Amino acid sequence: MIKIRELPEEELVQGSYACAGCGGILAVRLALKVLGPETVIVTTPSCLLGVTTFYPQLAFKVPCVNVTFPSTAAAVSGVAAGLRRRGKKGVKVVGLAGDGGTVDIGLQALSGALERGDNFIFICYDNEAYMNTGVQRSGATPLGARTSTTPVGSVGRGEERPKKDMLRIVAAHNIPYAATASIGYPQDYLTKVKKAMEVEGPAYIQVLSPCPPGWGYRSDLTVKLARLAVQTGQWPLAEYVNGELTVKEIRNPRPLNEYLAPQARFAHML
Amino acid sequence: MRAYLNGNEAVAAAVKLARAEVVAAYPITPQSTIVEKIAEYIAEGSMAADYIRVESEHAALAACYGAAVTGTRVFTATSSQGLAYMFEMLHYVSGCRIPMVMAVANRGLAAPWTIWADHQDAVACRDTGWIQLYVETAQEALDTCLQAYKIAAHPEVLTPIMVCLDGYVLSHTEEIVDVPDQEAVDRFLPPYRPEYKVDTGRPYVFGVGAGPDVYPAFKFYQQQSMMKAKEVIKEIDREFANLFRRSYGGLVDPYCCSDAEVILVVMGATAGTAREVVDFMRRQGERVGLLRLRSFRPFPVEDLKELLRGAKAVAVLDRDCSFGYEGVLATEVKAALAELPARPQVAGFIGGLGGRDLTPEDLAGIFRQCLAGVRRLDKGEAIIIGGGWQK
Repeated sequence: MIKIRELPEEELVQGSYACAGCGGILAVRLALKVLGPETVIVTTPSCLLGVTTFYPQLAFKVPCVNVTFPSTAAAVSGVAAGLRRRGKKGVKVVGLAGDGGTVDIGLQALSGALERGDNFIFICYDNEAYMNTGVQRSGATPLGARTSTTPVGSVGRGEERPKKDMLRIVAAHNIPYAATASIGYPQDYLTKVKKAMEVEGPAYIQVLSPCPPGWGYRSDLTVKLARLAVQTGQWPLAEYVNGELTVKEIRNPRPLNEYLAPQARFAHML
Repeated sequence: MRAYLNGNEAVAAAVKLARAEVVAAYPITPQSTIVEKIAEYIAEGSMAADYIRVESEHAALAACYGAAVTGTRVFTATSSQGLAYMFEMLHYVSGCRIPMVMAVANRGLAAPWTIWADHQDAVACRDTGWIQLYVETAQEALDTCLQAYKIAAHPEVLTPIMVCLDGYVLSHTEEIVDVPDQEAVDRFLPPYRPEYKVDTGRPYVFGVGAGPDVYPAFKFYQQQSMMKAKEVIKEIDREFANLFRRSYGGLVDPYCCSDAEVILVVMGATAGTAREVVDFMRRQGERVGLLRLRSFRPFPVEDLKELLRGAKAVAVLDRDCSFGYEGVLATEVKAALAELPARPQVAGFIGGLGGRDLTPEDLAGIFRQCLAGVRRLDKGEAIIIGGGWQK
């Protein structure tokens, strides 16, 4: 179990251009405190890339390899193989992508890398739409959410299909570790990052990372909403360890309205 | 060591001799036997490399890119639709200045679906920032792959290279190939140790974002390196010749050009047939010549001007088409010669698409058509050369 108080002061990502209240950068920042400096990040054109690695900026204090949108996990395999050939042991290769780069365009490469069994961690920071390009729906957009490509009008009622169950897809590759997490529960999230570091082979974490402009809420509510998503049963904290599924039980779930009401993307449903 | 090898086996032998450390590939005809052979080398323990069995060509190039930025020498191969599928990654690799080598067993693009040779796949990737070298024989495929690793990693070049060999005609046809000793190759090709690599002690970003203020600078240096590559390709060919006693002339490979009235310009294995045709027609007293273009990018404008300026007519045979205009190479040759004061007529021909044979009769026909035009020109009649020609 990770103790928040014992996390290092050192920041491995700072000086980014992320929006106030960005859940994604918080997810990355927290994870890096556990991952430590012997980490290589592989990432893709996304909000994360947009706010951290615009020349000559380098917000990461660890090496960062950016690759095409569909190819995060393929480049992960390459970096892992390259480091192996160079005899670099003990360096964690971490793929970081948003939900679009993971569950949609990046799915094929991720599936390939999971199947190959390379030793890496893939963290999907899930903000439930294509935020970097202006809030278009992704396969991870929840049912009913308004996005710029699922607008609400006299006919359209927001996203028409339920969110893709990525955790089950990933777990079906029979990898040693797969989990969901929320930045609203940092101890749970960081413990999962730690577990992911300790397994041999691929590990996958999908962390709910609310997005103030994309979801349409006040930027001081990020952590609160990330908690409410769990407390209202909208985001189960689940974990597959060697195929065994455990889900954190929510006693006395809070009314769904508390989660939906602060967000403009659900305003038409209330 | 002399061995009976087809083009694909010759490429695989070169990759092994070059001591590539990471190979990622997806099978596609007619490339597949290259990476199958490499997989065999690794399985039998004669080549120390990681083989990443990827799920697509896009991933193959992404994996090679990831491995290359850690400071390893990488290799992949593809053809046709696979190269098209890599298109996005091609720009990433060249923009990040990754000096990798990829073999392209050239093949036509669907639709209609085909597995046979033409140059449409690679020519369509002309502007991706890759050096493109087209080879004539299996021997040249082997030698060019070795040269390519050295050219690509030259500190003033740092540009990826496609070694293009015609599908089946070269990829699957055996010839006697002189396979150099490992020791000699090691002398020619030192290990790849780039200045910038993934290192947790010295963190860099690979593949940065760039705003309008600096993006042009990146592209400017990329263009400068490509222009510089013209010199480096020649220089390394000379160095190779000193060590291995084989030379391909660098950017272009002229044959009987000095006094030729009509010169045929081709890329790839067609040059083998064309040489025979030139010999045959020379015996008949016709002053014809062949110019095989080895480097399509960078484009050897200076060499073409020099070698073609004396001809009365130049025939360019493309195994590709820029639909709505003409063969790509024809346009490029015309542009290269445009500034010459007394420039030869240039006629574009398109042939050999989708594996259609280019026979000696076809090539002789092109020569005769051009010679007839030249004769009419001599008599003061209007010249009508070429235009579209198809079998």
